[in-house]
Amino acid sequence: MEGAGHVTQLTPVLSATWGLEHSWNFDTYRAHGGYEAATKALAMDQADIIQAVKDSGLRGRGGAGFPTGMKWGFLPADDGGPRYLVVNADESEPGACKDMPTMMAAPHTLIEGVVITSFAIGCDHAFIYVRGEVIHVYRRLMKAVAEAYDNGWLGTNIKGTGFNLDVTVHAGAGAYICGEETALLDSLEGRRGQPRLKPPFPAVAGLYARPTVVNNVESIASVPSIINHGVDWFTSMGTDKSKGMGLFSLSGHVNRPGQYEAPLGITPRELLEMAGGIRDGHTLKFWTPGGSSTPIFTDDHLDVPLDYESVGAAGSMLGTRSLQIFDDTTCVVRAVERWTEFYKHESCGKCTPCREGTYWLDLIMRRLETGRGTMADIQQLLDTCDSIAGRAFCALGDAATAPVISSVTLFREEYERHVTEGGCPFDPAASALFDYDSAPEEAHA
Amino acid sequence: MTYDESTAKLLAKDAAEIFARYPVRRSALLPLLHLVQSVDGYVSPDGIQFCAEQLDLSSAEVSAVATFYTQYKRRPNGEYQLGVCTNTLCAVMGGDEIWRQLSERVGVGHDETTADGKISLERLECNAGCDYAPVMMVNWEFFDNMTPESALQLVDDILAGKDLVPTRGADKVVSFKEASRVLAGFDDGRADEGVSAGRPSLAGLDKAKEQGWKGQDT
Ligand SMILES: Cc1cc2nc3c(=O)[nH]c(=O)nc-3n(C[C@H](O)[C@H](O)[C@H](O)COP(=O)(O)O)c2cc1C
Ligand code: SF4
Ligand code: FES
Repeated sequence: MEGAGHVTQLTPVLSATWGLEHSWNFDTYRAHGGYEAATKALAMDQADIIQAVKDSGLRGRGGAGFPTGMKWGFLPADDGGPRYLVVNADESEPGACKDMPTMMAAPHTLIEGVVITSFAIGCDHAFIYVRGEVIHVYRRLMKAVAEAYDNGWLGTNIKGTGFNLDVTVHAGAGAYICGEETALLDSLEGRRGQPRLKPPFPAVAGLYARPTVVNNVESIASVPSIINHGVDWFTSMGTDKSKGMGLFSLSGHVNRPGQYEAPLGITPRELLEMAGGIRDGHTLKFWTPGGSSTPIFTDDHLDVPLDYESVGAAGSMLGTRSLQIFDDTTCVVRAVERWTEFYKHESCGKCTPCREGTYWLDLIMRRLETGRGTMADIQQLLDTCDSIAGRAFCALGDAATAPVISSVTLFREEYERHVTEGGCPFDPAASALFDYDSAPEEAHA
Repeated sequence: MTYDESTAKLLAKDAAEIFARYPVRRSALLPLLHLVQSVDGYVSPDGIQFCAEQLDLSSAEVSAVATFYTQYKRRPNGEYQLGVCTNTLCAVMGGDEIWRQLSERVGVGHDETTADGKISLERLECNAGCDYAPVMMVNWEFFDNMTPESALQLVDDILAGKDLVPTRGADKVVSFKEASRVLAGFDDGRADEGVSAGRPSLAGLDKAKEQGWKGQDT
C-alpha cells in the first residue's frame, strides 16, 4: 500500500475507552459518544444501513472472514414471522482473547451494535451466546443489557421509533464446538452442541428454524463505528480486500503481550516491535497467525501483511488474528501435541473422520513427544491428516490437521530428533516465565 | 422428585424466570442445569429429574445434554473449583508446572475433589486469556500471570478461610454454587466490582498514546 519505511499506526477504536474508570458503565460509554450511531441508525432506512455495512467491506471477525453486509443481505424477505440475531461470544479458539476483554471493558459497544444490526435486519429478539467459563464477562453483559433497557435502548418502542428489541444473554457450559455457528444454535436450543448440515444456512433456517444472522462479537461491535464515522473512514484503513481495523492478540514469549488494534494488513514484524520484541535473550521460533486452527509460521513470515489474502497466499489463515508466539526454547512437537489433545477432547463425535482421526493423531503425537515414536509415525501423522482434512463434517476436523501438517513441514528434523534421541530434546523449564527445576521429577523415574 | 417443598418452590420460581427469557421453552435447559448446580453443587439425579419435568423431556434426554458440556459436574464439586489452563500457550509458559505442583499439593487429579469438599481441580482448555499466561480460573474468575507460588497461595488462603481476589473480576471469588447461579442468569450485583481491563488488554492503547496515534478520531 505505502512505500518502504512506512510505519503502520495502531488505530484504537473498539478499545479506545477500555482504560477509562468504570469503562463498562452506560454513562461512561454515552459520555464518549456511545449510542450516537444508534441514534443515527434509527433515523435511517434499514436497507441503507445494510448497504453501508456492505460498502464498508467489513468481513466477519470470528475467523472465516465472510462479508458481514452480504450475510445480512441473504435473509429472505420478511414473511411476518420472527428472525433472529445471534452474537457468537463463545471465544474458545486457542489463542483468541479479544472478545472477552471487549465485553469486560466495553459491553455497550456490543449492545449498541446489536441494536443497530437488529433494527437493520428486522429482528426483535437478539441473543448473545457467551462461553460460560468467564463469569465476570457474563456479569458485565447482563448489567449492560439492564442499563440499555433502563435508558430506553432496549424494550418496546425504542426512542419513539416503534422498534422493539429484547436481548437475552445466554451462558454456554464449556464446549469449543459451540463456537461453530450451527452447533451454537443447537446449543442455544437446549441440545448437545453438534453442527448441523448446511444448507440450509442459518440465514434461511437458523434458530428455531427461522432466518438467523450469526456474527462474532467484534463484527457486531464494529458496526457502530461504521455508522458513526462513515464508510470512507472505515475503508481508509486496511488493504484492498481486507478493510478496517481489527484487534490483534499477541501472546507468548513477547515482552508486552496484549491487544493491539490496528488496520488489517499490518505486518507481524511491526506488531512484534510494538510489543517490545521477543523476550530478552531469545529468538522467534514459530507462531500462529490466527489461533491454533491456522497453520504455523516462522520468522520467514514476519513481513506477510496480516490480511485475509496475504496470509492465505502464504499458506495459512488470518483466522481470529491470534498471534501465539513461541521462542527458541519451545519444543514444537510438545506444542502441537497439546493442541492435538485439545482437538481430540473437543471433537463432538458426530462424524467418524474427526472422532477417530483426532484420537489417532493424539496417540501418535504423544508417542513422538515422549520419545516412543518411530520414523514411520511421522508419515502416519500425515496420512491420518489426509483422512480427516476435507472429509470431516465441520471445520473442526480440518483445524485439527493444521498444526500437525504445518509443523511437520517446517520442523521435520525436530520430529526426527525425538525419535533418534528417544525423547524430547528440550527442557520445558526453559520456556516457562518463572524459574523451576525440571530435573527432580526425572530423578524418581 | 426429592427436593423438599421450599427448595422445589424456589426452583420452580427461578425456572419460570428463565423460561421468560426465551421464545421456545427448551432453550432454558442450559441455564436450568446451571441453576440445579447452584443448589446441589453438581447436576444431581434430582436436578436432572427437575429439568426433565420442567421441560417435558425424559431424564435420559436431559442427561444426554448435561454430559456433553464440561461445566456440568457429575459428582459433587468442591466449594472452590481451581482450573489451570494447560492448553499449549499457557502450558509452555508454565501452566504444566503450576498444574504439577498444585495437584501434588492438593492431592487430587483432574476433575477430582478433596475429601473435605473444599477444592476441585481441573485442567482447562484455553480460557481466552492467553495474553495473561499462565492463566488460572477459580470458580470462573480470572487469575492472571500465575506462578507455582501464587497458585499454592490460593490453596493456603482457601484452607485459612480467606477470600480469594481475582485479577480481573469481582472483589472476591464467590462459591461454586453462587457462581453457578450467576451463570443461570441471576445477577449477584457484582458487575461494578473490579477493573475494566488488565495491562495487556491496554497494551495497544498505551502504545498508541505514547506515540500520539489517534485512531479513534475521524
Ligand atoms: C470449531 C469452530 C469454532 C468456532 N468458534 C468460534 C467462536 O468462538 N467465535 C466466533 O465468533 N466464531 C467461531 N467460529 C466461526 C463461526 O462458525 C462463524 O463463522 C462466525 O461466528 C460467524 O461470524 P462472523 O461472520 O461475524 O465472523 C468457529 C468455527 C468453528 C468451525
Ligand atoms: S468434524 Fe469433529 S467437531 Fe465437526 S462434526 Fe465432525 S466430529 Fe463433530
Ligand atoms: S492458552 Fe491459556 S488462556 Fe489461552
